[in-house]
Amino acid sequence: MVKFTLLTGRSLVQGVGKEAGKFSEKYIQEVSTCQIDPEDLKILNVKPGDYVRLTTEYGSVVLRVAASTLVHRGSVFVPYGPYANLLIGTKTRGTGMPSFKGIPVEVEPAPGESVPDIKELLVKIYGRGGVR
Amino acid sequence: MKVINAVVCPCCGNLCDDNEVQVEDNKIVKVRTECAISSSKFLNYYKERNTKPLVRVDGQLKPTTLEDAIERVARMLVEAEYPLLYGWSLTSCEAQKKGVELAEEVGGVIDNTTTVCHGPSILGVQDLGDPTCTLGEVRARADLIIYWGCNPSSAHVRHMKRYSSLSKGRFRLPEQRKVVVVDVRKTPTARNANVFVQVKPNQDYELMTALKMLLQNEEIEEQEVAGVPIEQIEELAELMRGCEFGVLFYGLGLTMSEGREKNIDAALTLVRELNKWTKFAIMPMRGHYNVTGANQVLTWQTGYPYAVDFSRGYPRFEPGDTTAVDVLSRGYNDATLVVASDPVANFPKDAVKHLCSEPLAVIDPHISLTAFMADVVIPSAFIGIEEEGTAYRMDGVPLILKKVVEPPEGILSDVQILDLILKRVRELKRGR
Repeated sequence: MVKFTLLTGRSLVQGVGKEAGKFSEKYIQEVSTCQIDPEDLKILNVKPGDYVRLTTEYGSVVLRVAASTLVHRGSVFVPYGPYANLLIGTKTRGTGMPSFKGIPVEVEPAPGESVPDIKELLVKIYGRGGVR
Repeated sequence: MKVINAVVCPCCGNLCDDNEVQVEDNKIVKVRTECAISSSKFLNYYKERNTKPLVRVDGQLKPTTLEDAIERVARMLVEAEYPLLYGWSLTSCEAQKKGVELAEEVGGVIDNTTTVCHGPSILGVQDLGDPTCTLGEVRARADLIIYWGCNPSSAHVRHMKRYSSLSKGRFRLPEQRKVVVVDVRKTPTARNANVFVQVKPNQDYELMTALKMLLQNEEIEEQEVAGVPIEQIEELAELMRGCEFGVLFYGLGLTMSEGREKNIDAALTLVRELNKWTKFAIMPMRGHYNVTGANQVLTWQTGYPYAVDFSRGYPRFEPGDTTAVDVLSRGYNDATLVVASDPVANFPKDAVKHLCSEPLAVIDPHISLTAFMADVVIPSAFIGIEEEGTAYRMDGVPLILKKVVEPPEGILSDVQILDLILKRVRELKRGR
């Protein structure tokens, strides 16, 4: 388990993907992949395509990992979306805005686990959902 | 085949109005645009769209009639003590205006996506004022562009080419402009900048304070501030002071990090300080294509830009109390109507939990993640593709979005749907 700083944000693929549909493979693939510096991947002993578990004080989720030199050492980037939301708290400090960036997060390898299916995840966490 | 010019793109706050759309048999077959997000929207908008009103029966959404869906939404709003009407940034000003009328009628709270976007920016501007300009002025005159905590290469794809660093302005060419990016990540925008300043997460306020001190000729004894060597901060301060027309574009890197509206206060006072030396402007990079319009409409209708509560019969604005994430996470509301937005994809888990635990209705062209969870879903036409309407660009310039194809049969616009709901709400209230 290694401590990182979580940054969530927009990515181009997420932006293109959301216009194609929030259940589209492109969107879901992007928002369920976290980006970590290649050197930090070595410390975690994982390689791109492996799964890692991210845990903040607000929640925990398993994501696919990708190597990215755009993310600096000690940070992990997750595009905005339903997976990132599981790691975000609701405190807004009188502004209405939760902290979506700069959150302490613990990252650990998750061998044998995988990213949960989005529809199953929504139903499991929020207790409803589905279109017949 | 019909060729339609000067089509305004309904994606981001750039509202680029130079797109060309080719239509054949009521279908968009080709788009001339330089933006991947715009192209994806015009060519894929009809995929995964919903064309039937839906209602949840035995845990699953099933088709129903429009009349039944309208009746259910109207009853949900009338029966609720404190409904939340949320979204409004991916629709027209005309629909937003109707939404305010509906919120007032049902005594609810109306909030738009500003609340999890540039809400803190508005709070900062309310503190200190807004030394801003239009994007046209940036294009014509700016010789120093600063992108702070924003990444237009990914989020506002044509911003640089159309309005700022790479645009051929009347008095400035791209080679006469300098670009500085301040960010926690070396984003795609940062890779193409003249100067990249990497700030530590949650320390933008410190960096801006250091810049202000240097502009005021005060000495800084530290070797670095916010992870940035003092020499680089001095160079940046000189670059800012020495330009002829600078502009500071800022994004959610400032509003979503620690400090929030205080970061905006710091940016505004920095720009105020710079105006003692040269001409400098500041502008938020607004995300959804008409989130600026949502602020405009709510302000001219109620006096407040977002998070407006009508429960006492008159409008109130209490950030941290009437803002959507706070309303939801504290369990204040007992029903939600979501229009043209997807909070399940964008709100923290515990806010979404409450959203899904009370009656939920959605008006949206797509089966969004929120529609997937809803009790009632009413499909609507795409503004800017199937319906015209007004939208405000990020610099506050209003533009008319065009209708380029007909919507599927039976699909109404947001304005028409909200009008039907409002009429039915008034009938139900009179019958009480």
